[in-house]
Amino acid sequence: MWDYTDKVLDLFYNPKNQGTIVDTNEPGIAVVFGEVGSIACGDALRLHLKIDITSDKILDARFQTFGCTSAIASSSALTELIKDLTLDEALKITNQEIADYLGGLPEAKMHCSVMGQEALEAAIYNYRGIKVEQHEEDEGTLICTCFSVSENKIRRVAIENNLTTAEQVTSYVKAGGGCSACLAAIEDILTAVQQETTATSKRLATEIAMAQEKALDRDRTVKPLTTVQKITLIQRVLEEVRPLLLADGGDVELYDVDGNTVKVLLKGACGSCSSSTATLKSAIEARLQEQVLPTLVVEAVEAI
Amino acid sequence: MLPYLQEYYGNPSSMHTFGGQVSKAIRNARLQIATLIGAEETELIFTSCGTEGNNTAIRAAIAAQPNRKHIITTQVEHACVLNVCKQLEKQGYTVTYLSVDSQGQIDLLELEAALTGNTALVSTMYANNETGVILPVEKIGALAKAYDAIYHVDAVQAVGKLPLNLQSSQIDLLTLSGHKLHAPKGIGALYVRRGFCFRPFLLGGHQERGRRAGTENVAGIIGLGAAAELAQQHFGKITQQTQLRDRLEQGLLSTIPDCQVNGDRTKRLPNTTNIGFKYIEGEAILFSLNQYGICASSGSACTSGSLEPSHVLRAMGLPYTILHGSIRFSLSRYTTLREIDRVLELMPAIVERLRALSPFNTDQADWLQDREEAIIVGSK
Repeated sequence: MWDYTDKVLDLFYNPKNQGTIVDTNEPGIAVVFGEVGSIACGDALRLHLKIDITSDKILDARFQTFGCTSAIASSSALTELIKDLTLDEALKITNQEIADYLGGLPEAKMHCSVMGQEALEAAIYNYRGIKVEQHEEDEGTLICTCFSVSENKIRRVAIENNLTTAEQVTSYVKAGGGCSACLAAIEDILTAVQQETTATSKRLATEIAMAQEKALDRDRTVKPLTTVQKITLIQRVLEEVRPLLLADGGDVELYDVDGNTVKVLLKGACGSCSSSTATLKSAIEARLQEQVLPTLVVEAVEAI
Repeated sequence: MLPYLQEYYGNPSSMHTFGGQVSKAIRNARLQIATLIGAEETELIFTSCGTEGNNTAIRAAIAAQPNRKHIITTQVEHACVLNVCKQLEKQGYTVTYLSVDSQGQIDLLELEAALTGNTALVSTMYANNETGVILPVEKIGALAKAYDAIYHVDAVQAVGKLPLNLQSSQIDLLTLSGHKLHAPKGIGALYVRRGFCFRPFLLGGHQERGRRAGTENVAGIIGLGAAAELAQQHFGKITQQTQLRDRLEQGLLSTIPDCQVNGDRTKRLPNTTNIGFKYIEGEAILFSLNQYGICASSGSACTSGSLEPSHVLRAMGLPYTILHGSIRFSLSRYTTLREIDRVLELMPAIVERLRALSPFNTDQADWLQDREEAIIVGSK
């Protein structure tokens, strides 16, 4: 017995948005569908979309699913997630978001969420006139012949879901779940992905470190502010902030500058409200750090 | 069973009276089981389950015929037979997997053609666990003996449902499992014909006359003995169970379109029916039934945790449109007419609801047929 969440079972027993969308040739409206899976694999999803052509928004989404409990629930979740999104926004929906909407899926059933994401892509590609054959995922080497899964697809799902074992790949895209002859090839792909990810992480870390070093060098070359320059700049920032405070019945005044500590007097409403004091302090401090010196700290002092 | 978990918890291998009482109870259980299958008490070895029984039997058989390197089994065996055979293939054995026809039945001519002087073992089921189809074990045994091959029968599904008399059979080794006849889970037995040159699988102490080491699962054994006696008494009521099964089957076929019984409907266990519902998926049917407290099982990929649908139904050549939506209903001696009628009441609406959700339906029969044919061509 699968350990399904209450949400999965609820959407299985009471699915939302099941059925088809009939194209009534309404002006400015397009109706398309995308299909994934097959009768041989044991699950299939046909996703129907009603699209507003001008705004590129999904007005309605409905599904027809041949599959298990979690396939039906995942399809229903998908239709709920994508309504009212633009097509570009919908394309950003990941299978993990579908699973999250359901409160999670057993790992062996994650392929149901992947099927939802793929049907969405298929429908939008159909609408945009991109042939399935042109989809870059289908251009990769076929790794799993039992379930027709390409290397590109395994790579994409492995990266998006942080998969590290062949068993996980099988759970997510079925590859390797048939004759299992491709499991070694899947492990090779995962090793390559991990190596590439590690290399990318190292490269990014190096680039970030170099950029930080450059920034520090630049800071070092900048001539330090004199005390008068510093106070003048602080005063200018406070003057920018004051109108906002005055509008709420408060005010601020520079009291003193002691090294990098800026002492201010909060007046009116600002002076009597403890929460607004904290907010104002952090807001003023952030502006001062950004516009004057990153090391400045603001303190509110009581008037003598 | 309860007294053997509470008051009589002595170890039957101990020399004291406390253990001796338990030892006597085990002897009685052994007699009860031997009576059920027409064997002698000394021909039984208690095991932990059917899997252990089948593993032990196959390994004992090849150890008894070390110069023979060929095994014959069928494509529809349980995984605990198939996986042992696959492992033995890697160790140099040749294995013939006999095919089955659309009714789940083997061809005796194919068996005869496969037998040679190199065949160490023929291992077949008595009845299939998914379809209930009964294989002609006596004919298979006779053919195996003509080539001096050992004959092992996985009778896990048959014991307690079909009368057996092993003393007058051609069977050398036979496996049974407790929970298939209302005994607890975690207990089974292996019949080993008297005179068989047996090599134990588990080595250790002297339990089971040195044939299976390890402290006995006493409560399980007592439970299996009692279950065997009750099964013996129940044989007279098997007809009632068959009538209920047939009522369920006929009721489903007459009220739900596009469904069929999988497997031979005559040579079949009295309690089993396997029905394929086109265009929908098995797990979805099971969860729908589960909502009403009705428990069935499915050979669909989504239920099993693997991604391949039932190897048994595939071996029978069933189209994908049927095999993914196939459900096995198993009746017990406690199943009632009311329960059967409840299933009949609920199933049409369940199937209708799931078909309404499915993109596949009767309107797309041609399209599906094309897909099926493409798959068949692709697999060649």
